[in-house]
Amino acid sequence: MTLQTDNAFWRWQEYHRVMPDKSWTSTDVITAGVDVGSVGSKAAVLVNGEIYSWGITRTGSNSPDSAVKALNWALKDTGLKQSDCKYIVGTGYGRVNIPFANKALTEIACHAKGANYIWGSQVHTVLDVGGQDIKAIRCDDTGRVTSFLMNDKCAAGTGRGMEVFADLLQIPIEEIGEMSLKVDEEPPSVSCTCVAFAKTEAVGLLRKGWSKEKVLAAYTKAMAVRMSNLIKRVGLEPDLVITGGQSKNIGIVSRVEAALGVKCLAMPNWRENGLDPMIAGALGAGILQKPSMINPKTLEATT
Amino acid sequence: MISYYGYSDGSGEYFIIVDSEKCSGCQKCVNQCPKNALHIELLFIDLEDKPVASVKEAFCNKIQYICAQCKPEKNQTPCTLACPNKAIKCLYTTPATV
Amino acid sequence: MTTSTIGFDIGTQTIKVIILNNKTRQVVARTQAFAGFDPAQALKTAVEQALKTANLTQTDITTFATTGSNLETYPYPVITVSTMSALTKAGTHFFPQAHTIIEVGAEEARAVKCDDRGLMVDFVVNERCAAGAGAFIEAMARALEVKMEDMGPLSLEAERASSINAACVIFGESDVVSLIHKQEPKSEIARAVYDAMADRVSAMVHRLGVNPQVVLVGGVAKDVGFIASLKRKLGVEVFIPEFSEYAGALGAALIGLTKSGGNKN
Repeated sequence: MTLQTDNAFWRWQEYHRVMPDKSWTSTDVITAGVDVGSVGSKAAVLVNGEIYSWGITRTGSNSPDSAVKALNWALKDTGLKQSDCKYIVGTGYGRVNIPFANKALTEIACHAKGANYIWGSQVHTVLDVGGQDIKAIRCDDTGRVTSFLMNDKCAAGTGRGMEVFADLLQIPIEEIGEMSLKVDEEPPSVSCTCVAFAKTEAVGLLRKGWSKEKVLAAYTKAMAVRMSNLIKRVGLEPDLVITGGQSKNIGIVSRVEAALGVKCLAMPNWRENGLDPMIAGALGAGILQKPSMINPKTLEATT
Repeated sequence: MISYYGYSDGSGEYFIIVDSEKCSGCQKCVNQCPKNALHIELLFIDLEDKPVASVKEAFCNKIQYICAQCKPEKNQTPCTLACPNKAIKCLYTTPATV
Repeated sequence: MTTSTIGFDIGTQTIKVIILNNKTRQVVARTQAFAGFDPAQALKTAVEQALKTANLTQTDITTFATTGSNLETYPYPVITVSTMSALTKAGTHFFPQAHTIIEVGAEEARAVKCDDRGLMVDFVVNERCAAGAGAFIEAMARALEVKMEDMGPLSLEAERASSINAACVIFGESDVVSLIHKQEPKSEIARAVYDAMADRVSAMVHRLGVNPQVVLVGGVAKDVGFIASLKRKLGVEVFIPEFSEYAGALGAALIGLTKSGGNKN
C-alpha cells in the first residue's frame, strides 16, 4: 500500500491494491471501470468479471489525466497494461472525458451494481456520499436500479462539506468521524444544514466554549439527518449500505443508522484484504458490460 | 426506474420525478415545458439504453427557480398534465414562513 | 416635548436601530451595530448611541418595536412585528406606489407583493440556503480576494460574465478559484457572481409576478453590482430608498407607533 503524506487537513490518502491470491493468464478477459469523481478518481481492474486490483487517486484539474492516472494506479504491480483491458467503461462526474473508455455510464447504475458485488444481493438501498454529491439509490437483488435521487446542488453532507469542517477545526479528515463520537452526550444538531451558515454557527459555538468534538458531533448529526431524509425520499428498503468517501466516516454512518433505525451492512475490511467501498462506482462500471463481453468465447467471436 | 431530478437544500425540496417504466418517450412533456427544461435521453436500464424523458442536466440544480412559475407544489404543471401515462410528477415544497 | 418611537431590526450579523419622531414620523437617528455573540448587549449600546445622536433620553421613548428573530429576550418592553409586515410597511412608506418589495440581507432574501393600499398579498422567503443571500457575494469576494465594497464597481467593468454553475456557496468557492487559475478577468467573475445571485432573487420575485414599482431594500441593496444585475434580470426599474438597510427597523417603528395608539404627546 502506497501512502502519500500531505499537511493539508482535508486531504485523504491515495493508494492502490492488488488482490492477493488472484492472478491472470493470457486467456482471461481483462476489463476495467474508471470512475472520475469530482474529488477522487477510482479505477478497478477485473479478471473474468472478478475484481483483481484497484487504485484511488485525487482528481486533478482535468478529467482525462485523472482517468489515466487512476487506471495506471490500478494496473501498477499487476503486469498488465491499459491495452490488455478488452473493455473499459467510464463513469462519474468526468465520464464523458475519458479518452480510452469504450462506453460511458451514469454513476447511479454503477454504484448499485458495485454495491451488489461488494455486499451481495441483500443490498436494496445504497447511499453514496461523494465529494460533491449525495446519491440515494434503491435496487433489486441483481443490483438493478429501481429508484434514485442525486443531489449535487448543495454541499451539505458531501465530502466537500466535511472537508470544510476538517479545515475549520484543523483535524485530519480521516479522524473527524471518530472524534465526533467522543462526546458524553449527543448535542443538538446545528440549526442549519447549509454549510456556509453551519460554519458561521460552528465558529460561534467554539467561541462559546464548545469543544471541537461537540461541534463536530452537532454538525455530523445534522448532515446524517439530511442524508437519511434523502434515503426516505426514495424509500428505505433493507439492507442499507453506504459507499463513497463518507462510508469511512464512522460518525456519519452511526448517525445515519440512528436516524433511520436500521443497521448498515458492515463495511469490508478495506485496510486489510477487503474491498474498499470507495471503488463501488468503478467496480460497477467494470461489471456493467453486456455479459457477452465477459465471456471469452463470444468476445473472440465478435472481435 | 424512478428518477428524482432536482435537489433538496436548506430551504426545501424540489424534484421532478420520472418513472421510466411508465414513460414511453413520447415527448409530450418536452413540448409543453415553457422553460425547455426537459428532453428525451437514453437511460441505461436493464443493460439496455431506453429513450425516456428527463430534466436537462443544466436545469437540475435550478428546479426551485426554473419551475416556480408553473406552481409545481400543486403537481398540476404543463408537463405532468401532458403525460398520457402519468409518468412525470413534481415534488416541490414552498419555503416555510417565518 | 417630543416623544419618539424606537424600532430595531435584529439581523443575524447586524442590529439596526432607528428613532422616529412620533408626530412628524421623521427619522431622527439611526445606528448600526455588529450583533456579535451578545446581541442583547450590542442592542443596548446601539440604542444608547441612537438616543445620544437624537439628543433624547429613554424617557422620551413611548414605544419600542422590534423585528428580526435573533433575540429571545429584550432589555426593553417591545412590540414584536413580523419581518414581512415590517418590510411591507417600510417599502410602501418610502415608495407609496410600490407593489413588489425585495429585501436581500446577509443571510436571507425575501420578497413581498402588495396591493394598491400597501397591504401584503403574497410573499416568498429564502433564509436557509446561503446561495440566495448576501453571504454568497461575501464568500465569492473572499475567494476572489477582492474587498466587499470593491466587488460591485469591479463587476461593472466587465462586458461579459464568466460562467459559474455552482448553486452552492461552498461549490461556488471552488468554481471561482478554478476560474482564477484559468486567468479569467476578476471583473468577469465578479459579474458572474452577481448574475447568479440576481438569477436566484429574480426567480423568487417571478413567483409573485414583477409588479412595478419594484423596491429593493436590505444590506445588499447598496451594492451597485447586484442592482445592475437585478435590473437586467427583471427588466424593470428598481427603486432603492435612502438607508435601505434600515427598512426592517423603520417598518417595525412605524407599525409599533400605530399599534401603541399613534402620536399622543
